[in-house]
This record gives sequence, structure tokens and C-alpha cells, in this order.
Amino acid sequence: MSSLNIHNLSCQRGYNQLFDSLSFQVHAGDILRITGTNGSGKTSLLKILAGVSAGEQGKVVWDQHPVKSENYQQEVFYLGHQAALSGELSSLENLEYLSALNKTTDQHQLIQALNDIGLKGYEDEYCTNLSAGQKRRVILAALFVSKAKIWLLDEPFTALDPIGVKIVESRITQHCDNGGLCLFTTHQDSALANQKILAL
Amino acid sequence: MNIYLQTLNRDLRIALRNPSSVLNPLLFFIISVSLFPLAISPEAATLSQIAAGIIWVASMLSVLLSLNALFHHDYENGVLEQMVTSHHSLPLLILSKITAHWLLTGIPIILLSPLLGLFLFLDDEGIKVLMITLLLATPSLSLIGSIGASLIVGIKNSGMLLSLLILPLYIPILIFASSAVSQAQFGLAIDGQLYFLAMFLVLSLMSAPFVSAIALKISLE
Repeated sequence: MSSLNIHNLSCQRGYNQLFDSLSFQVHAGDILRITGTNGSGKTSLLKILAGVSAGEQGKVVWDQHPVKSENYQQEVFYLGHQAALSGELSSLENLEYLSALNKTTDQHQLIQALNDIGLKGYEDEYCTNLSAGQKRRVILAALFVSKAKIWLLDEPFTALDPIGVKIVESRITQHCDNGGLCLFTTHQDSALANQKILAL
Repeated sequence: MNIYLQTLNRDLRIALRNPSSVLNPLLFFIISVSLFPLAISPEAATLSQIAAGIIWVASMLSVLLSLNALFHHDYENGVLEQMVTSHHSLPLLILSKITAHWLLTGIPIILLSPLLGLFLFLDDEGIKVLMITLLLATPSLSLIGSIGASLIVGIKNSGMLLSLLILPLYIPILIFASSAVSQAQFGLAIDGQLYFLAMFLVLSLMSAPFVSAIALKISLE
């Protein structure tokens, strides 16, 4: 079974040692919620796992493929704090580009993904005119059409209404039931079943 | 290759929907060149001697003016993070953004230069060589500029820092390009200068996307 192995990972930001000698394993099908107070290193951990930044030491490996290798990166979708959208482009254009950066999906699927996330009728709306929650939904649509197995979601429920939260939770469950894995952080209550907890 | 064209298409679309970002450096270029005859002398003999230098300095500064925005918006809105985490080659994505930058700043400068050359009494031969030097060297300006832009991407109010980083690297281009135009005006051979500019272009094409990729990753840390 595929697994994400984190071995002896350390991370320092400024003078603060966020975590030291952190080792754990996440198997396909697992939902791992990373908890911790503000500044405990949740975002830094996800960024290291996503290949955005590097830890001071340690190894991150998915099926013998180390982080930042092409094989690893094509299995990863990282959802950060920012919406990753350009205000000058429409929802659909933004989604097209975000999905092209991961793995190309046909236009039909993209429009369907926008419908599913509750943005029907907003396909051609410039993202600058969308609310914070709607912007979040556009990148979540990109997440849902991606073929990545490892979902790294930093505060995925931010700015979403209760219906949006439910959609995301059900998609996370569906993804993990289909052999994917998901690591996420949230300060909100999460009703996800079978979630494991990693406290930083 | 597909992602190269998609990134190019995206950047051009964003720029065309926000035309002030493209027009401001161009207006700066036109205005700064047109002020020289007023300040120095409207005489043809004087102006034709310094025309190449004026146009080259103005085009360099206007490219510099536009460089701040090269990665800034993508950094602010998080698209850069998505680029880094994607499995596509980051230097290729950067090269695509540089191409868009050149199409939006370099090409308009090249197209405007004959008009401004006439304005400064540059002769036909001078205008021809001016355009060749701009065609050869404006891509280098965008390429080298991308290194500076990627180094300062996370820093606020970094315009001055960008100039300090990039202008020294632009100086050889400025010297060889403007000397090519003035030598052509006297009917002298300019092969050496053009070869140098071509060499600079090849060198920056081969190194700048890779160096910028490393610098961007450091900025995102």
C-alpha cells in the first residue's frame, strides 16, 4: 500500500524551533488532521510536504519518490492560505490554469466541477468580483478535478459557509475512500469520520 | 511545452485586461525620450549624436520599471506556490513569464524606436541598427531582469534594490548596443558589438530561467 513517509523532519523559523525529529507515516486512505496552536508549525509542515520549502533536516518520501521529484510533485495538491487566483481572469480561466499546472482536465469536467462546488452561473465572472468564500471554492474545484493522491489542505474551510464545508468534507472522505490521502489543518470543528490527529 | 503556451496565454490575457501595467512603462519611454530635445538642444547635429544613447537608456529604464510586476502578483495571490508545487519544470514556467514580459515591453519598444529615432534626427542606417540592437538585446533585459525580480519578490518597496541589483548587469548591453548605433552612423563595422549582444542573449537565455527558479524558491521559503 502506498504511503507518505516523513522521517526525522526538523523545521526552524527565525530563532524558533517549530518541530524537531518529527517522524510519521500516512497511508493511502488516511485522513490526518494536524492540530496545534498558532505558530506551532502546521503551515510550515504542510509547505515542506508540498515541496514549497525545505526543512532543516529530514526526509519526505512517497513510494520511494522524494519530495520535489517530478513523480512526487505530480501526486501532490497543495492548498495554501491564498486563493491562488488572478482577479483579471474569470473563474473558469483561473480553474483552467490551475488544473493545467496539475494535470490537464477537459473543459467539460471543469465546468462540472464549478457547478458541483456551487459556482454555477459564475463561470465567466472575473474573480475580482467574487466573495472570499467563492474564491476559495474556485481553488477547491481545482483540487477536486486534480488527479493528485496527496491532498495537503491548509485551512480548507476558511470563508466557506456550512454547505461549502459539508461539500469539502464529503469530497475528502470520497477521495480517501478511493485510495487517496489527506492532511489538513483547521481551527474549526470538523465532522470528518475516521480522522487521525497529529498534534504539533 | 503545452504549459509554456498556457502560461504565456494567461500572462498576456491578464496584461491586456489591465492595460495600465503595459502602458505605463511605454509612456515613460516615450516621455523621457521626448524631453531630451527640450532640455539639451533641438539641433539635428547634436541630437543625432546622442540619439542612440538616449533611446537605449530610456528603454532600459522602462524595462526596469516594468520588472517589479513580473512575479509580484503571482507571489501575492499564491499562484507562484502552485507553480512551485506543480510537477512542471519551474524554469520553463518562468521562461514563459519572461516571454510574456518581452512581448509586452520589448516588442512595443522596438516598434516605437524608429519613430523616436526620427524624432531625434537619427539617420536611416542608425535607425536600422538601433532596431537590430533592440531586437537582440531587449530579450536579455527581460531575462536578466527576471533574476532580480525573483530575488526581491517577497520584499516590500524594493524598487531601488532591484535597480541596484540589475543595472550593473545591464551596463555591458548599454555600452555595446549604443556604440553599435553610433559606429553605424559613421559607416564603421559593427559585427563585434552585434556578436557580443547575441552572445549575451544566449548566455542569459541559458542561465536566467534556472537562476530565477532557484531565487524564487528561496523567496518562497
